[in-house]
Amino acid sequence: MKIHEYLARNLFAEYGIPIAEGDVSKTPEGAVAIAKKTGFPVVIKAQVLVGGRGKAGGVKVVANEADLTSEFNRIKNLNIKGYTVETLLVAKAIDIKKEYYLAVTIDNIKGDVVIIASADGGVEIEETAKTNPERIIKFYMQGVKTLDEARWAPVAAQLFSDVRLQKSCTSILQKLLKLFFEKDCSLAEINPFVITGEGNLIAADAKVIFDDNGLDRHPELLPLRDMKYEDADELEAKEKGLSFVKLEGNVGCIVNGAGLAMGTMDAVNLLGGRPANFLDVGGSSNPEKVLNALKIILRNKDIKVILINIFGGITRCDDIANGILIALKQIKIPVPLVIRLTGTNEKEAKVLLTSAGLTTFTSMRQAVTEAVKASK
Amino acid sequence: MSILIDQNTKVIVQGITGRDGSFHAKQMLEYGTKVVGGVTPGKGGQEVNGIPVFNSVKEAKDKTGCNAAVIYVPAKFAKDAMLEDIANGIPLIICITEGVPVLDMVEVKKALSNSQCRLIGPNCPGLISPGKSKIGIMPGHIHKAGDIGVVSRSGTLTYEVVYNLTINNMGQSSCVGLGGDPIIGTRFVDVLKLFQEDPDTKAIVMVGEIGGGDEQLAAEFIKKHVTKPVVAFIAGRTAPAGKRMGHAGAIISSGDSTAEAKMQILRDAGVMVIDFPDEIPQALTASLK
Repeated sequence: MKIHEYLARNLFAEYGIPIAEGDVSKTPEGAVAIAKKTGFPVVIKAQVLVGGRGKAGGVKVVANEADLTSEFNRIKNLNIKGYTVETLLVAKAIDIKKEYYLAVTIDNIKGDVVIIASADGGVEIEETAKTNPERIIKFYMQGVKTLDEARWAPVAAQLFSDVRLQKSCTSILQKLLKLFFEKDCSLAEINPFVITGEGNLIAADAKVIFDDNGLDRHPELLPLRDMKYEDADELEAKEKGLSFVKLEGNVGCIVNGAGLAMGTMDAVNLLGGRPANFLDVGGSSNPEKVLNALKIILRNKDIKVILINIFGGITRCDDIANGILIALKQIKIPVPLVIRLTGTNEKEAKVLLTSAGLTTFTSMRQAVTEAVKASK
Repeated sequence: MSILIDQNTKVIVQGITGRDGSFHAKQMLEYGTKVVGGVTPGKGGQEVNGIPVFNSVKEAKDKTGCNAAVIYVPAKFAKDAMLEDIANGIPLIICITEGVPVLDMVEVKKALSNSQCRLIGPNCPGLISPGKSKIGIMPGHIHKAGDIGVVSRSGTLTYEVVYNLTINNMGQSSCVGLGGDPIIGTRFVDVLKLFQEDPDTKAIVMVGEIGGGDEQLAAEFIKKHVTKPVVAFIAGRTAPAGKRMGHAGAIISSGDSTAEAKMQILRDAGVMVIDFPDEIPQALTASLK
């Protein structure tokens, strides 16, 4: 789960990581009030959960009230990668002497927590990682959930020659790791991590992503989610135990299992059609899920055909068949259904569907071919 | 022959008194798997489907001599279940549970690195050596004993692949479902190595998907160490581009994890990459000539 910069900043503050003074505002008047408190110049930053915000003109340093008001209004009216800007962060502009990069994340392949640091912070950090990988420091925690500063002192020593800065960096890293461990993060990133003109270290930006699997033990984090970034259908699907992602095409897909669901979309595409969605009904055998899946898919008015591709394992084909029959009684399905069922209780399912006048396929290729034909 | 499990593998089921645990314990027994015990703390002394239940892995191991454990406990207990197996030296641990927090897996990986145990999963369908033993949730009847090794990151997509092999009379030595989580115990490279060393596996099918860097590592390994034919299918060519994880994700993976990129890397390593699961049997026939 991603959260906005200002919420990540709040977490940083809670854990004692230094940030520039500031607050968020939805109005230019509010922004002016914040700026008067912090003093000009201030930086104003669009709060959006997509990358490339700076390049889209969503970040600006302003030196006086008039500029603040006009720039605030300009940014407020931006559309950044399809998202409108509702809230802006207004923070005291930092006198930047040098930009660094500091992050804690997971290396999946190593299965370990890793500190990543570089003396080349800023937006070009990924480019640096490609062209000058030796300028990126990777420090593995070796599976140890410690907060002992001595452990990662070498990272600070590689970044800074000044002993005072080393100490400050080590302490900030400890706080970042504490946040990372305590809140089940998958990323805690400071970019840029800045030395100010006065020679202090400060987080000039804050990015935190939480592990979705860890959210169960952090109910306090759920209100931090910005619902604007969640598709309503996708959220509803999630509540009903389905996994759904809307796409551009016209062949609705209902599949069991994420891999087969992706494979089915690929097959539709390969045989000349366009999948309208990814939908995984999951592993359980609840007929209700098929009904819910059909309801969600049918909201998309582009749909020309619905392809149901089930490979029964834990999912029993006859349960899916019953779900289809229940749906046919309860809702109007104005497009053809192409049904493919193989695996556990396939025979029972076919008897159920055939007696209701529906045709079923055993081969995935045949079913996909039929669905693509119906979509034209 | 087969890899990892066979008719002599003795397995205990952690979470056997739960809904999934009891159902799949029965399915495994019916398939012929030697299910020798179950573990649910506090429910020792009971029986489920005629299988004795123990309070701890230690007790189960002492009484049954099991050499594998399969986990069906809820996500919040999965870490402890895995750590208990590792502490008791269970050589093969299969974790079916979905939704295990990543930091829990970091702890489990640490414990594994100091042990002789192997973990498959979490969030996986398990593994099967057809005709000998199945440990997991896959439908046994679609499999057939033979000499094709199957390794996959997916569940139902693997069934699709296996089904296409079986109806074309191509049996399998073993089929291993690695699991879809970011941190898993066993990866493509580990299983490719086992299949390469298994005298009765003649060819290998690998089923990958978008995201992560495992297929790339597999390609590197195949190029250097695998002499048997490998056929691959990669799912997710039409999947929307993954959501970015700050800069750190890109710095760590530093590679292109799209399906197309993975397919190309595998092709460059001499793997026959096919477009549709039902093309696998033909590709295998061609590559075995």
